[in-house]
Amino acid sequence: MFMRNLFFSLAVFVAYPVLAVENSPKLGKSAPQTLQKNWNLDIFPDGTGLPAGSGTAAQGKKVYQQYCLSCHGVDGTGDSADELAGAKHGLTDTVPDKTIGTYWPYATTIFDFTRRAMPLNAPGVLNNDQLYAVTAYLLYLNHLVKETEVINASTLPKVKMPNRDGFINSYQPKK
Amino acid sequence: MSKHNEMQAVAGGGLLDRRLFLKKGLSFSALALSADVLAAELDAPRPEWAQKPGTPFSNYGHPSRYEQKTIRWTMGNAMAAGNGVSWTPLQDLEGMITPSGLHFERHHNGVPQIDPAQHKLLIHGLVNQSLVFTMEDLQRYPMTSVLCFIECGGNSNAGWQTQPIQTQVGYFHGMASCSEWTGIPLRLLLNEAQIKGRAKWLIAEGADASLMNVSLPLDKALDDCILALYQNGERIRPENGYPLRLIVPGWEGVVNVKWLRRLHLTNQPTMARNETSKYTELMPSGKARQFTFVMEAKSLITQPSFGHKLKQPGLYQISGLAWSGRGKIAKVEVSADGGKTWAEAQLQEPVLSKCFTRFRIPWQWNGQQAILKSRAIDETGYVQPERDVLVKSQGQHGYFHYNAIVSWEVASNGSISHVYA
Repeated sequence: MFMRNLFFSLAVFVAYPVLAVENSPKLGKSAPQTLQKNWNLDIFPDGTGLPAGSGTAAQGKKVYQQYCLSCHGVDGTGDSADELAGAKHGLTDTVPDKTIGTYWPYATTIFDFTRRAMPLNAPGVLNNDQLYAVTAYLLYLNHLVKETEVINASTLPKVKMPNRDGFINSYQPKK
Repeated sequence: MSKHNEMQAVAGGGLLDRRLFLKKGLSFSALALSADVLAAELDAPRPEWAQKPGTPFSNYGHPSRYEQKTIRWTMGNAMAAGNGVSWTPLQDLEGMITPSGLHFERHHNGVPQIDPAQHKLLIHGLVNQSLVFTMEDLQRYPMTSVLCFIECGGNSNAGWQTQPIQTQVGYFHGMASCSEWTGIPLRLLLNEAQIKGRAKWLIAEGADASLMNVSLPLDKALDDCILALYQNGERIRPENGYPLRLIVPGWEGVVNVKWLRRLHLTNQPTMARNETSKYTELMPSGKARQFTFVMEAKSLITQPSFGHKLKQPGLYQISGLAWSGRGKIAKVEVSADGGKTWAEAQLQEPVLSKCFTRFRIPWQWNGQQAILKSRAIDETGYVQPERDVLVKSQGQHGYFHYNAIVSWEVASNGSISHVYA
């Protein structure tokens, strides 16, 4: 009897994942390529996902002044929104400045976040050239690229970010 | 033997045995006082509201007009009203469930008004079959409920400041709320798409104006996450993710993506703004901790707390909340003498994993200055740290994941302030 109960409970335990799948109505439809292409905005540190287009800091200054300055302040030093450049203090100082230049580990994040979310009052309004240009300008304000340097899908992932190795992955998978 | 002698103190400062309330019919100072005040009116055979028919039925209920002060406190960006937070008024609530309309909010660019008939969920990337689901499809899947807290990673961040903030507990710690979330186990849909062996991460994206996205380790996604359609029995409210929210029990709020529209299986994190520039903790060394998803054990006393006033010495009920992102709360201890001695509080059943747990303990206040504290211990043995210990190990610039013991000082006049003690 004991063995039978043991066997039964083991069988239920082992079978559970399979049962979960079998209990699914499986209503998912094959996702059209256009949907995947149009929705997939993810960009990775190695540049995967970056679109065609390009821009320089000189061009990006105009974009910044039109769309960003009112919240992020002159030269990205922050106002109602985050400070992005112009750090006066390092990360171990009493009042650290966490700007793109001192804190952000990947340049691709600037393009990704700006494309997703900025400007707040009209997200999606910037085209790819404008996005590359304003990304270049923010990097320029942080002394990470030159004013005329062309930023595109190939050059952006190569920009050397000062705090690239400043993060410790603290995730411990459950054992 | 006098009544007070019967009530044996179990720790300094007048803390009494946690089982006392359940065993004996004690009278409370506060109740005794209000009974005196109201006695004359209630002595009439019919109060005003019993002399005529009441109001008719309503399609959707609202709180009493006398409870209009129990609201979320909101703080939006001056330049963008939908960028900000609202706090749950923990000081006004009891039990373990947060009413849906009082659940805290953190929006990056407002609340989208999504038509569920037009909303879709896309699962793609490292899967054998990229799939798209309508909300109608999802209604036909087997559902389950998880009762869990959601806490913003930035909750309680005023605790890092060098001076203790003087504000109500909800305004300090109220970016934490607890609901019953009902929906489909995430692994069910991931299995349907057939995950490829190389997949290690899941990037989740919302359909709000900031297309908010974060990366989530796949092992957690396959463990206890659900795709919630319902909150506290009704469809999720717009500000909490209608029509679909990813629920990641025990992990910081930002990964519980609202308005979910896309799950992208990948072999690496995307390194989004909200997992690099934000929701990372700068340490004294200058290095920052990243992917610190779990909300560690925390507790705080909600009654009495800042803004409440004890009118006279006597017997009071200390009540508070404890939770841990690692599992169940094993024990909550309370001190009324600034941490010199501790007594075990009663935990209200049910005590659930990664869920608000209500604790209570009776306290005989003698009218003298007292410092009240609570500390949570979870089932892994983790003990909520004192503030000085937390600050010593984490520095003061981590901003996120502040979970130190909270101290309330009761002055001899009964007023309550927040102290570091």
